[in-house]
Amino acid sequence: MRQLYTFHGGIHPPTNKAQSTTQPIAYAPLPAELVISLHQHAGEVAKPLVEVGERVLKGQLIGAPVSGFSAAIHAPTSGTVAAIGLQIVAHPSSLPELCITLQADGKEEWAARHPVDFRTLSNAELQSHLRAQGVVGLGGAVFPSDMKLRHSIPVETLIMNGAECEPYITCDDMLMRERAAEIVRGTEILRHALNTKSVLFGIEDNKPEAIAAMQQAIDDSSLPFEVVAVPTLYPGGSAKHLIKVLTGLEVPSGKLPTDIGVQCFNVGTAYSVKRACDDGEPLIARVVTVTGNVAQPRNYEALIGTRFAELVSASGALPGTDRYIMGGPMMGLELPGANVPLVKASNCLIAASDALFPPQPAPLPCIRCTRCVGVCPAELQPQDLYWFAQSNNFGKAQEWNLFDCIECGACAYVCPSSIPLVHYYRYAKSEIRARDQEKRAADLARERHEFRQLRIEREKQEKANRLAQKERAATTANAKTVAETASVPTPAKPVVTVDDTQQLRINTALERAKAQATAARPKNTDHLTPEQLAEIAAIEARRSHIHDIAADTGADDEPPKQS
Amino acid sequence: MDIARPWLKHLLNGRIIRPSFFALRRHISSMSEYFLIVIGTVFVNNIVMVKILGLCPFMGVSRKLETSLSMGAATTFVLTIASGSSYLINHYLLGPDLAYLTTLSFIVVIAAIVQFTEMVIKKTSPVLYQVLGIYLPLITTNCAVLGIPLLNVQAKHDFIESLLFGFGGAIGFTLVMVLFAGMRERLEGADVPVIFRGTAIAMVTAGLMSLAFMGFSGLVK
Amino acid sequence: MITALWVMIAIAVVLGVVLGYAAIRFRVEGNPLVEKIDAVLPQTQCGQCGYPGCKPYAEAIAKGEADINLCPPGGEEGIHKLAELLGVEPKPFGADRQPRAKAVAFIDEKDCIGCTLCIQACPVDAIAGAAKQMHTIIAAECTGCELCVAPCPVDCISMQPLPERPNTWKWKYPVILLRPQK
Repeated sequence: MRQLYTFHGGIHPPTNKAQSTTQPIAYAPLPAELVISLHQHAGEVAKPLVEVGERVLKGQLIGAPVSGFSAAIHAPTSGTVAAIGLQIVAHPSSLPELCITLQADGKEEWAARHPVDFRTLSNAELQSHLRAQGVVGLGGAVFPSDMKLRHSIPVETLIMNGAECEPYITCDDMLMRERAAEIVRGTEILRHALNTKSVLFGIEDNKPEAIAAMQQAIDDSSLPFEVVAVPTLYPGGSAKHLIKVLTGLEVPSGKLPTDIGVQCFNVGTAYSVKRACDDGEPLIARVVTVTGNVAQPRNYEALIGTRFAELVSASGALPGTDRYIMGGPMMGLELPGANVPLVKASNCLIAASDALFPPQPAPLPCIRCTRCVGVCPAELQPQDLYWFAQSNNFGKAQEWNLFDCIECGACAYVCPSSIPLVHYYRYAKSEIRARDQEKRAADLARERHEFRQLRIEREKQEKANRLAQKERAATTANAKTVAETASVPTPAKPVVTVDDTQQLRINTALERAKAQATAARPKNTDHLTPEQLAEIAAIEARRSHIHDIAADTGADDEPPKQS
Repeated sequence: MDIARPWLKHLLNGRIIRPSFFALRRHISSMSEYFLIVIGTVFVNNIVMVKILGLCPFMGVSRKLETSLSMGAATTFVLTIASGSSYLINHYLLGPDLAYLTTLSFIVVIAAIVQFTEMVIKKTSPVLYQVLGIYLPLITTNCAVLGIPLLNVQAKHDFIESLLFGFGGAIGFTLVMVLFAGMRERLEGADVPVIFRGTAIAMVTAGLMSLAFMGFSGLVK
Repeated sequence: MITALWVMIAIAVVLGVVLGYAAIRFRVEGNPLVEKIDAVLPQTQCGQCGYPGCKPYAEAIAKGEADINLCPPGGEEGIHKLAELLGVEPKPFGADRQPRAKAVAFIDEKDCIGCTLCIQACPVDAIAGAAKQMHTIIAAECTGCELCVAPCPVDCISMQPLPERPNTWKWKYPVILLRPQK
């Protein structure tokens, strides 16, 4: 019996998972239109590689990673690119992001797939393969998986996270029940890459079928993996907390698990790794739970880019749904609408209604009961963090370790005054980040300003030196001529002020610019046919549209593509 | 001129040359007395809360915990040395004849000590110097810093007792200031009515603290 | 009487010697306060405070010549930080100096004549260009100080407010309605 450890706090909310585990994973029907966000991973926005009107194949690379901290995007199905533009996505701000809209042609024609034998690959080679296949962590944080394979010290333990502690979510549970063999295979690939000896599967004990299925798959494969049933406690599925429970090791604040010789991957990521390596398939679909106020709550394997509304109607929408939550009820975010597309981070969609989630009563003042301190898994002081956040005392909030908060919502769950604590922490964190950003910008501006002062001083100095030299040359020349010439009165020079010459220069420049503008304007713009006029209008519209995209995505380093 | 001779006699009586070890030995038996003096000045007769002395820096510097701690440390340094040196000057230099110069000489000594402290702080911690601002030189006019030596004279304390009285008084001052700073920092985030914000609510809090310190009365005679 | 005088003089001389020694031993050069104030200021170098840049304003504050509520780009936050640093009470902005939304300059390239007047005006060298060549603003470096707008003889520079994007968006302060709106 493996020794398990505990973490501080934690709560036991009602799990509400039974509703969506009665039926197996279904394949979501192929939608007519897919909206693929280019920013569905942690890191920088991917760069679109296709153009409007281009036909793409299933699994074709349509978005390239722009830096080390970015991920690739692939077409989930074959079809035509209908538009590349800003669309509302699942972001708490309801602001749009750059998305590629794909019209599916229904043929599901695959692009060339390149399976690899992981045994022949080194860690670095596997990293670049996974990066090319767009594999990111499917546990919710969507970190590029190739980055998670990097480690500076040997990784002693690989932990596979099948805990799924949040209520309502059952996608990992069903994946483990049905596709345990693939998960084990994917885990073997990750184990090989990290060169780890010990592999543990952490699964909460409220999933006995999943535990049995994984155990069976491991026995069948004869791999030395271990399935550990961890006690059900929210938020035990958080990576740092699962590591603590299984190994007793604590990941220090601000450090990564690889810094203490551990790494943690979600079981869904392992499945994607298997598909990427053995089958050469990029990450274009994932299992998502659709539950809540629907007739048939169940799990779907849906293509990335499927609109949530289609999944809800596949499950049978019920009246009374007034909002949609992506994620779970504790940490999920409220969607701006149901037409938002599925992204790699979407593990669950809850159709919420007031009957299902009764509205919270109005918050009352904090009575310092410290129930929140008792449940905080990060061992913070939520009531003090709340006090500092609500009075905008960001310095003190940081001193009280605000950034160690994982925003699990356990504190808000137990608060008797119904204070929306996590809301305050998110506000404080984003304010602090914005201030840090401003400070960095201010420091840079100061440097530039000081350099500019230096440059001007230097130029003045050089000018003074040059003038001094000229004067010296002139005085030596003058000394010679003064003796020769008689005192001839010099004619009075016309006094021309600096402003006059400047104004003269400006006027001539304006005239030149106007002449150039008239020269550049097309001369044959009269007597145009309607078709020609329509073509001109279309071209102008495209040009201004691209100009808008460039302005919105801040493309100050690249000129807009002229089509 | 008439007091010159008796004064000189008092000065040259060897009091300065022969330190009073006998006086010291007499008091070692009453260590508990010293302990009671310290407890008395820190809690029972707290100079800020009970004697209501030294309110100016108490109100001015207690906005932040770090500055109150530093101010308390500076005041402790000044008070202890001022107590000790005031006793020495009063007992050996001034004697019974020049007693009317007590206040004057105390102030001069205190001013010099505060100047010295200011210079040291400016050198070692310019940030602290800036933060304490005007309140550092105002230790000179702190009624507690002048009051303690005068109270020492009134109570006819000897050297050790004077030192302890000064030290204890300053520790009490620091203690109360730190407690008060903690409360003021929490008040910063509270939803205080507009008319009470700032010094007003601080005064109310100080009054309530003073009431709380009444609980110590009668603990030590 | 004379004795009293002598005693006081003696005390004064002794203390004077001690203080004199301390004054030399604990001498401090320079004024590190200016750097600290400058670190708080937003470095827009816009001149709205009335001083030609952030460093001169910091020096004026350190000397006590300038008030702390003269810097609109720093916002209320800036005033509070300065107040905390100097140990004074924070003051609100005057009516003539109110903070404005952050904006970035934009040169309309149709009208630009390449006169370099804006390049000479920009305090952080955020304009790329040369004489008789096209000028353009390097948006990433522009601090929004608006010093380039006035010198342009053809008025081709405008200030564009920065749009909100998902990576610059901030969570809002939780506002709770005590009474639901009807």
